[in-house]
Amino acid sequence: MAKELLKGNVAIAEAAVRAGCEAYFGYPITPQTELLEHMSKRMPELGRVFLQAESEVAAVNMVYGAASAGVRVMTSSSSPGISLMQEGFSYIAGSEVPAVVVDVMRGGPGLGNIQPSQADYNQVVKQAGHGDFHPIVLAPSTIQESIDMMVLSFDLAEKYRTLVFMVLDGAIGQMMEPAELPPMREMNEKRPSWALTGQSKRRLNGRLPDKNVVTSIHLGGDELNAFNEKLQAKLAQITANEVRYEESYIEDAEIIVVAFGTAGRVAGTAVKNLRQANVPVGLFRPITLWPFPEKRLAHLAERAKAFLVVEMNAGQMLHDVREAVGCQAPVEFLGRMGGLLPFTNDIEKEVQTIWRRSEVLALHQQN
Amino acid sequence: MAKGRVDIDVDRCKGCELCREACPQNVLALADDLNGKGYRPVILLDPLHDCTGCALCAVVCPDGCITVYRDVPQKTPKKEPVLNGKSLSLAV
Amino acid sequence: MVMLAPNQQQTEKLIYERPHSLEEVYTHYCPGCTHGIAHRLIAEVIDELDIQERTILVAPVGCAVFAYNYFAFDSAEAAHGRAPAMATGIKRVNPDSIVFTYQGDGDLASIGIAEAIHAASRGEQLTVIFINNAIYGMTGGQMAPTSLLGQVTTSSPTGRDAQATGQPMRIAEMMAGLPGVVYSVRRSLHDARHVIQAKQAIKTAFEAQMQGLGFSIVELLSSCPTNWGMSPADAVHWVRDEMIPVYPLGDYKVAEALQNKRGRN
Repeated sequence: MAKELLKGNVAIAEAAVRAGCEAYFGYPITPQTELLEHMSKRMPELGRVFLQAESEVAAVNMVYGAASAGVRVMTSSSSPGISLMQEGFSYIAGSEVPAVVVDVMRGGPGLGNIQPSQADYNQVVKQAGHGDFHPIVLAPSTIQESIDMMVLSFDLAEKYRTLVFMVLDGAIGQMMEPAELPPMREMNEKRPSWALTGQSKRRLNGRLPDKNVVTSIHLGGDELNAFNEKLQAKLAQITANEVRYEESYIEDAEIIVVAFGTAGRVAGTAVKNLRQANVPVGLFRPITLWPFPEKRLAHLAERAKAFLVVEMNAGQMLHDVREAVGCQAPVEFLGRMGGLLPFTNDIEKEVQTIWRRSEVLALHQQN
Repeated sequence: MAKGRVDIDVDRCKGCELCREACPQNVLALADDLNGKGYRPVILLDPLHDCTGCALCAVVCPDGCITVYRDVPQKTPKKEPVLNGKSLSLAV
Repeated sequence: MVMLAPNQQQTEKLIYERPHSLEEVYTHYCPGCTHGIAHRLIAEVIDELDIQERTILVAPVGCAVFAYNYFAFDSAEAAHGRAPAMATGIKRVNPDSIVFTYQGDGDLASIGIAEAIHAASRGEQLTVIFINNAIYGMTGGQMAPTSLLGQVTTSSPTGRDAQATGQPMRIAEMMAGLPGVVYSVRRSLHDARHVIQAKQAIKTAFEAQMQGLGFSIVELLSSCPTNWGMSPADAVHWVRDEMIPVYPLGDYKVAEALQNKRGRN
């Protein structure tokens, strides 16, 4: 299939359709609304479920219902809507049903604005609802990557019976780029054995199966503890298997810029420019924000002289980078809030400053 | 009047007495003994066989612990009407 | 059934037995709580309509939070008030199933009123069994949107005051005003005659869904002896004497296609 010029939100929606999404429930909010609009056209065309809910709260609970029935289901929203959906995320995690969420982040707090932001890092990666759980969080930086990860999101959700987030910012949602869509996945009519389908659908050799129950209650202390132990074991398995990141100019880098999503893309340009000026800088772009590529970062910290974290927030991923790097190297931060993208110039200037400082430090140490 | 009886699952009964409230024949009573959950369950106390099997007790029971039976009237042998030498009695 | 050998004289016949759609378990409900009656009626209706194998329950948060332990068919446990939204998700991807929510007054009339109204307004093919006992049971007897004026609860210690907390909400009447609703009625569980009428209404509500007519809701006036501080018998009298005047029993909406099936009040 050839590349076509696609708008981020539309490309993601179409990728979800082709990944076999059987049901979409959502609520309009800028800057993700085109995703919902595309679904409103495509899903009924294909005989699948589209429903504009009365609120994000209802939308996420509809997702919870369809997920309990074992179909590929998703919703999409933007930061204030994601805040409202946190209730449902926790229930989805607590009953271990698979679901996919796209968060096209905008500036906050409150109504904030509708410009690109990465200020949902904490609310998605750290605490997507009450209780001890983490969704898998994927952070693409281009439209092509968003398309590919939309497909991956459904696969991972199904594989681990977990919640998967794809987080991007308004810039990726709204921009247009040439990209290639995946082929249409054949629909899988078969539902998983645990799904709510009505018992008759699961009859085997005429025998009526046991009833299925989807619930997040474990009233006994030991029982809930055991459930959480099991959940943590699954999260550990995801951490072992699913860490993803991208590196450039990293082999000989003395300074490493760490940034994800659009910030990662801008930082990539800055790093390329700096390399032309012979500054030994590299880019580390986490693709999974959870599980976070902390082991790789810790390894890189063994020889890097300094890190610079660039984010479109006040420094949220920064803390994960600091935890991974520990005392091995200083971790600096450059952030833009207000729904503003970082400038390559600013990143370059900051790296130059850090570079000069480390050179001076090295001279001191030699003397 | 039809006659009947009820079978009460005393282990599941919580002794709420809504069945006693509903019973038109006053044949239900609380047991003196406690069941496994610590309740005095309802029992059928019907020495004169007044229960009619109306099932009103079962209709109001919140715990679904009452099964109701009604006696099938026994046919008393009587002289069958005969017409042209053929019995007129119908199978019941 | 009482099975007898063909030549043996049958001495009694079975008049009533516990429905098969109820699990053979002990419930956590307080003695005399009419939740148990409502559960049993639903199970009887599901048995009679022979839909146990394709029915899916969405349980609420409230005293009926463990309803899924008591019904013998597929079940989900929703977040507080969200049962109609969760049920919408389930039904939309399982259009052949019979999906119902079982919700109390705190769940449906308070925190979940938006989800309930919008599911009704969309005419979702769902059935809602709404238990109105004028109080929050599970949390220990706080005021509900359906509490009566003057009713003393643990959060209205001097009685519900209309100035501060408004008037009791009449859900069956409210739902009847929505075009997507095909059946909205109020029944009571306070005595045998009314229980029988309630069952007929529950049956009609499920039949409405089976015929694909739209959203059906049965409001059941129920008792909460424990939190009302009454004996079970006094509590059902309170339903009769105090609740019914505020919540008149009746058919607030019955779609034409259901007219011949309507339960008499």
